[in-house]
Amino acid sequence: MARFPFSAIVGQDDMKQALLIAAVDPSIGGVMVFGDRGTGKSTAARALASLLPPILAAEGCLYGCSKEDQARYPDVCGTGKMVKRAVPFVDMPLGATEDRVIGSLDLERALRSGEKAFEPGLLAKAHRGFLYIDEINLLEDHLVDLLLDVAASGENVVEREGLSVRHPAKFVLIGSGNPEEGELRPQLLDRFGLSLEVRTSKDIEVRIAIMKLVAENEADPEGFAARWADADAAILKRVAKGKARLSKLSAGDELLRDAANLCLAVGADGLRGELTLMRAARALAALEGAKSVTRKHLIAIAPSALRHRLRRDVLDETGSTVRITRAIDELFG
Amino acid sequence: MTVEGLGAPPADPLEDAVLAARLFVSAPQVFKGLVLRGPGPSREALVAALAENIALRRLPGHVDDERLLGGINLAASLSAGRPIRQTGLIEEARGGALIAGMAERMDGAIAGRLGQALDEGTTALVLLDDASEPEEGPPQSLSERVAFIADLSASRRWQGVEMAPAAGHLADVAPLDDAALRALAATAEALGVESLRALIFAGETARALAALEGRDAAGKSDLSGAVRLVLAPRATRLPPQQQDAPPEEESPPPPPDSERDDQSDSEQQQQEPDLFEILVEAAKASIPADLLASLVQGKAPRRSSSSGTGQKRKAATRGKPLGARPGMPRGGAKLALIDSLRAAVPWQAVRKREAGASETSSILMRKEDLRIRRFEERAARVTIFAVDASGSAAAARLAEAKGAVELMLAQAYVTRSEVALVAFRGTTAELLLPPTRSLTRARRTLSQLPGGGGTPLALGLNAVREVAESVIARGRSAALVILTDGRANIAADGSPGRPQAAADAQAAAKAIAVQGIDALVVDISARPGPEGAALANALGGRFLALPRADARMIQKAINAVQPIGRAA
Repeated sequence: MARFPFSAIVGQDDMKQALLIAAVDPSIGGVMVFGDRGTGKSTAARALASLLPPILAAEGCLYGCSKEDQARYPDVCGTGKMVKRAVPFVDMPLGATEDRVIGSLDLERALRSGEKAFEPGLLAKAHRGFLYIDEINLLEDHLVDLLLDVAASGENVVEREGLSVRHPAKFVLIGSGNPEEGELRPQLLDRFGLSLEVRTSKDIEVRIAIMKLVAENEADPEGFAARWADADAAILKRVAKGKARLSKLSAGDELLRDAANLCLAVGADGLRGELTLMRAARALAALEGAKSVTRKHLIAIAPSALRHRLRRDVLDETGSTVRITRAIDELFG
Repeated sequence: MTVEGLGAPPADPLEDAVLAARLFVSAPQVFKGLVLRGPGPSREALVAALAENIALRRLPGHVDDERLLGGINLAASLSAGRPIRQTGLIEEARGGALIAGMAERMDGAIAGRLGQALDEGTTALVLLDDASEPEEGPPQSLSERVAFIADLSASRRWQGVEMAPAAGHLADVAPLDDAALRALAATAEALGVESLRALIFAGETARALAALEGRDAAGKSDLSGAVRLVLAPRATRLPPQQQDAPPEEESPPPPPDSERDDQSDSEQQQQEPDLFEILVEAAKASIPADLLASLVQGKAPRRSSSSGTGQKRKAATRGKPLGARPGMPRGGAKLALIDSLRAAVPWQAVRKREAGASETSSILMRKEDLRIRRFEERAARVTIFAVDASGSAAAARLAEAKGAVELMLAQAYVTRSEVALVAFRGTTAELLLPPTRSLTRARRTLSQLPGGGGTPLALGLNAVREVAESVIARGRSAALVILTDGRANIAADGSPGRPQAAADAQAAAKAIAVQGIDALVVDISARPGPEGAALANALGGRFLALPRADARMIQKAINAVQPIGRAA
């Protein structure tokens, strides 16, 4: 199926915003989407990847190295000239084996010519792009550990089967899953930058609009894409401007204090929460083209940045989101 | 109210299944496939008819990644001395469909791959669902992604199955108008079908039904057909009663599970009474019988989760390493390179002579040299709680029991263990929570757990034993935690009377003891009597009396006796 234009996605504003924030500042560290099936999670993630402008990467490089990567990882990447390629979007299936994810000994070459060569895996493919994992909660734990570790460090280090390879693997991890079917361990959840809860819209009008758009797209994918091209380009421009603006924005001491107080109030322990909150607020301000990061941005992004970090009291029925909004009301009126 | 016979279900379920099959064949890319539930001659006849219209490729349950997606054929490559690629099943079936038997047992990893292929439009699926329990079914990630679900279990026909070709093309049918879209969306809402995929499938189905008959626009009968084929089998609740109840939403109180939005329902109904009502009628008339039965009881059937979390052990891929053994490195098994080389070395002289290769040429490997690594993994543990929710166990204590179960569960997802919950009260014992690691689901189930009534201890014990047996049958280990005071007063057949109840409970406990299942009896009643200890004795298990414990204390005590977290 042709990729659906990002701007044509109806509703799901939270998810779209989170994805754009991750596109503006990939260092935020991944987006986790909780929700039922058929809510447009994968559609939105795929749409974002196809929206972004092509990247410059070394020709023929299996890792999609940039100029800087070439300098940093001379072993894995030659000096190939830079050519344009699409932002990678890797859809990782549940059944993926560790070998396929991190890469493995190239069996064919090993057996035929006795050469110890590395066959890059999905992590290499996802470098500088997106790694999408549907039903991440059902993924085997050791794989999730590995993914988050690589996502955090930005490089994949392989030390096995007699191989010793280090290659860049910077990607935005997008996980999705339905908590009814099993949950992620809290330690792993904490590694995600933002988290969201999506539901199907109950609004009949919204649902009708979606059905119409999907039907239009099915009937004439090219024409449909062309009709939405301008809107997509506008979003792209916002992302590009946001990226450029990001380095100029910094959060004042007062805002840092706000963030710290909020984290303390909701009981999101660990520095990661505070840091992500600040970064996300900054990326949101950049995305909105604001002159400075304000409390407004902080409040807007707080539920997404903190929701999954609250220490869970299993006997407390109150939802995480409610606890955060309550704390915001108490702190900032 | 007249519905012009549109809502009437067809005489035999096969008719609708054939219709679904015709629709699927008319646009496989759009509808992606169908689920055919219920083995039998009807289904065989339908599959045979399908095979005449679209290329079907069988997908065996044991298919591995390599075969599914294609890649290097290692055995052929080695003997040929050059890489030989093989195409995967998904590629081979392009343009046709893959057909999977016993789809309810499909491995999660395979379902993941297939789901991806469906999203990319590279394959279509016919899933044959042989599940006998309403709880079972093909992986949801797949049944969600195909348009039609047909239940043939009640079909009595198998002769004369013919799939007439479509008279027109889907592309020639006009898009649905707003009124039609609105009616479909409202019907989906009324049936509690939340997924947008289903709604989109329903819209396309209405158009394709028109195309089958060569019309260029979808009419009422097409829309109700779409509701019947796509939405009704996915219903999670009964549509509100229109004719019986007055139009002002005086409907009976909603079942605790549903979150109906009465407001928007009534608005919708006022806007388009005709079409919406016709569609709802069509849906009501065609909700499958077993689904209807569970919906009437106010609970949506919960099909097995998409990939049966943790139902299997992957002894081939991780755990403590054991020695290597001959085998092909596929399906996640890893090649033991050194062992493979070691196996090949003694034969080199012979092989080189045979092949006429020089002494200095590279090592000649054959398929039989290959060794794969083996791992030992300890079985995951499932802790099965049996909670006595009867009046005698003191309703106040029930809250503590619930709390303890939640705490154990919170702990369970940090480790790799799972938790299941059986509750018994009155004259029934019920598996409220099948083995799971989901806290969300457990909490919801627990919060709905009512208390009061007699103590059918024997029934409760039998129920946990069944759960434990099925857990063990899947290669995991089971441990029982029974929270009760042991004062049985309902016999195994549901009749009241202490002596018989106690005897039945003893027998049930012995049956568990015979299986050698770990058991722990926790008496949390305010004044523990001798019955709890006697029960533990009969079970061959341990006994804990915790008269004044709160949830956390119970959890600690249970952990002390039975280290749940330390399994695996």
